[in-house]
Amino acid sequence: MSLSVNIEKELSGFRLRVDFESRGGLLALLGASGSGKSLTLRCIAGLLRPDRGRIALNGRVLYDGAAGIDLPPQARRVGCLFQSCALIPHLSVLENVALGYHAKPRPERRALALAQLRRFRLEGLAQASPATLSGGERQRVALARTLAAEPEALLLDEPFSALDDYLKWELELELAQTLEDYGGDAILVSHSRGEVCRLAKSVCVLTRGRSEPVRPVSGLMTAPGTCSAALISGCKNISPVSLRPDGTLCCSAWGWELPAARLSRPRPEGLTHVGVRAHSLRPGPGPISLDCTVDRVIDDLFSNILMLRTPGPSLLRAELDKTHPAPAPGAPFTVHADPEDFLLLTGGEAL
Amino acid sequence: MDLFPLWNSLRIAAVSALLVFFLGIGAAYYVARAPRLVKGLLDVVLTLPLVLPPTVVGYLLILLLGPNHALGALILRLFDTKLLMRWWSAIFAVSVVIFPLMYRTARGAFESFDEDLAAAGRSLGLSDSYVFWRIRLPACRQGILAGVVLAFARALGEYGATSMIVGFIPGKTATVATQVAFLWQNQGNTQAGQRALLFWICVNVAISAGVLVTVNLLERKKGSSCHCP
Repeated sequence: MSLSVNIEKELSGFRLRVDFESRGGLLALLGASGSGKSLTLRCIAGLLRPDRGRIALNGRVLYDGAAGIDLPPQARRVGCLFQSCALIPHLSVLENVALGYHAKPRPERRALALAQLRRFRLEGLAQASPATLSGGERQRVALARTLAAEPEALLLDEPFSALDDYLKWELELELAQTLEDYGGDAILVSHSRGEVCRLAKSVCVLTRGRSEPVRPVSGLMTAPGTCSAALISGCKNISPVSLRPDGTLCCSAWGWELPAARLSRPRPEGLTHVGVRAHSLRPGPGPISLDCTVDRVIDDLFSNILMLRTPGPSLLRAELDKTHPAPAPGAPFTVHADPEDFLLLTGGEAL
Repeated sequence: MDLFPLWNSLRIAAVSALLVFFLGIGAAYYVARAPRLVKGLLDVVLTLPLVLPPTVVGYLLILLLGPNHALGALILRLFDTKLLMRWWSAIFAVSVVIFPLMYRTARGAFESFDEDLAAAGRSLGLSDSYVFWRIRLPACRQGILAGVVLAFARALGEYGATSMIVGFIPGKTATVATQVAFLWQNQGNTQAGQRALLFWICVNVAISAGVLVTVNLLERKKGSSCHCP
């Protein structure tokens, strides 16, 4: 199982350059809106022609600019799950799913579609019109229809973004199970790090049309590596950094000095920024600590968010468990973090 | 009462609407997907008959189809047939005049079509023609039907271009519209003439009103069947 994508495309001033490979399982394309995620999916599905490059699925060339190969979407065997679900409005749920079996002999289609609906626990809705379905049902019908065509790869374009929170969770669990049974390559486009974390094994970060190397999802959280990856992975505190001759890192945004001896990790080539996650900042003094004053306290669901005035020009954002008493604005507040909590980042020029 | 003008009007309108149905859909589909410059240019050309005086359309058609002009002369030589002054000649005039109505309503319908539906169909392996006839057209059917009904209604009322192309030959090229004009000009001050006028006007109003009610019903259905999540 493999899907390799290496394409370039210019589109009204936007330049897409992506290069990644999926080797079975779910690969997430993570990026802010406008980073080219959906564009990439449309190129893989054959709905949009890249300017150059190559797309291959399980050894089959779907697109090769140099060789003049560009298979139509019908011949690609790539299934798409759209944000809008794209259910055909004038067909019933059953007829929609039967479209996925159009390659089978006509008399068998209905029975196959019914069996597929049962698999997705949708048999009660067989005669319903798509307009009468809930968001979650619509998404399940769309998934049932897509998988009916037995695609070799599955493209999921923000499948949960139109759903309410509680539905999202339920559908996510279902999708995880379905994908496990499916077994082929799947690509999930998302801007939600939580979704990616829970569903995907590997991730490829997209920033303004450029892709970063594929890596395991766990690595994205512990060592994002680049500023854009740190931002999309939810890191709220990022500061430019300068290096002293003695190896001390100076975070200019916060006036925080990180002694070289205390940082366990080797410095990457081209280090420009340091990030530290809000929940990594803990109250009290420690080996690497900073004296701040409380600027504001924001009451979040399960934590208090502290905006801390630092010796530098920028605020630090810290999250404090609600079991701790919230400090009053203006009070002095010292935070510390462990050496491995400091994310060493490159590519700050993109910020 | 000779009902020939009604029958003639209906057949001209029906054939024209059928013709314009396919031409309008084809043009609308092409223009909706064309590059911006082509789109702007074609849109003006294809909509022009809507705003031009029908007499101008009629005269331009005479320049094209007349026995002494380009196409008309060619057809006359090849098939020994004149393109003007037959009942079916009116189809040329009426089609040109009603074309923009069909084209514009169909284009609006195509432009509001959710392209994801076509993309989903193609990714499922459905052929392009299946996607067009079984997904795109049915999804746009309210707009397209409204367009063809509106075009039919306008066809029944066409006077200017028709009278220039086919004149008024009772029992041959007379339509409801030209009949009314003829009655008014020649028998407008006789009692029989006025009665006949009133009859034709009632027929015309009844048919046109019926068609417009149909359009409204279609439009209302379009509003209620939104498939967006």
